[in-house]
Amino acid sequence: MVQYTHARLDASFAALSDATRRGVLEQLGRVDASITELAERFDMTLTGMKKHVGILEEAGLVTTEKVGRVRTCRLGPRRLEDETAWIERYRRLWDARFDELEKVVEQLKRKEKGNERKDRK
Amino acid sequence: MNARTASEPTTMKNRTTSERKSARELVVTRTINGPARIVFEAWTKPELFKQWWVPKSLGLTLLSCDMDVRPGGKYKLVFKHGASEPMAFYGRYTEVTPPSRLVWTNEEGGEDGSVTTVTFEEQGGKTLVVLTELYPSKEALDAAIASGSTSGDMSETFEQLEELVGTLK
Repeated sequence: MVQYTHARLDASFAALSDATRRGVLEQLGRVDASITELAERFDMTLTGMKKHVGILEEAGLVTTEKVGRVRTCRLGPRRLEDETAWIERYRRLWDARFDELEKVVEQLKRKEKGNERKDRK
Repeated sequence: MNARTASEPTTMKNRTTSERKSARELVVTRTINGPARIVFEAWTKPELFKQWWVPKSLGLTLLSCDMDVRPGGKYKLVFKHGASEPMAFYGRYTEVTPPSRLVWTNEEGGEDGSVTTVTFEEQGGKTLVVLTELYPSKEALDAAIASGSTSGDMSETFEQLEELVGTLK
């Protein structure tokens, strides 16, 4: 599990080591875009942008789909996977926390019961 | 053996769920064995809150815990992990309705901070706790996920927690 995570992170970090590629991801986080639109936005040639998108695609961060003459880019499956993993980690944090809360509640319940017994005497 | 004969069996562990309920919302649920009144008390009295908010297994130290639990009241939690710099989490309570509802802001993240709503619903001596973190925008929640952090929590310790939970299973 840890190894698997590291391999994934390595690929992601390599893809994310470039400022333009990080910008592209940010942009695609807002809205899907064609390679032409991305090239214009980042003031770059089509060839240059295709290269960047290719690296992001290999890392699973972006997927592209060609419809007619336009290749549309959107955030890829890797992102979804990471989100799922993150939500699971978030769940485990809360699970550990709620287990502790349950112990505190149990103590308080016992204390109340003890007090009730005392009151009855 | 101790004398607790009247309490319910605690062997069945309750299930915690989490999901991204919408573009801006994270929701966590859990049923706690106990009346809402007591769960609410454990959530709002600092001396009790301190006992459970930072599970020991996280290896974090809670340096201070100030909670003024009333509408408009402030809270501030300061944590320390090993030799790292202390981290502060703070905000304000905006709704305090015993024993059913608690709302607070998470302001350490600036304007992208979330608002946390907790509801306590009692059924047959147990309490369903539903905790919702509402972010100001989809982008803010995406960013929180991408950076591995969550509001009011210990972002840097998630990895450790994951490893730890892995070894316990």
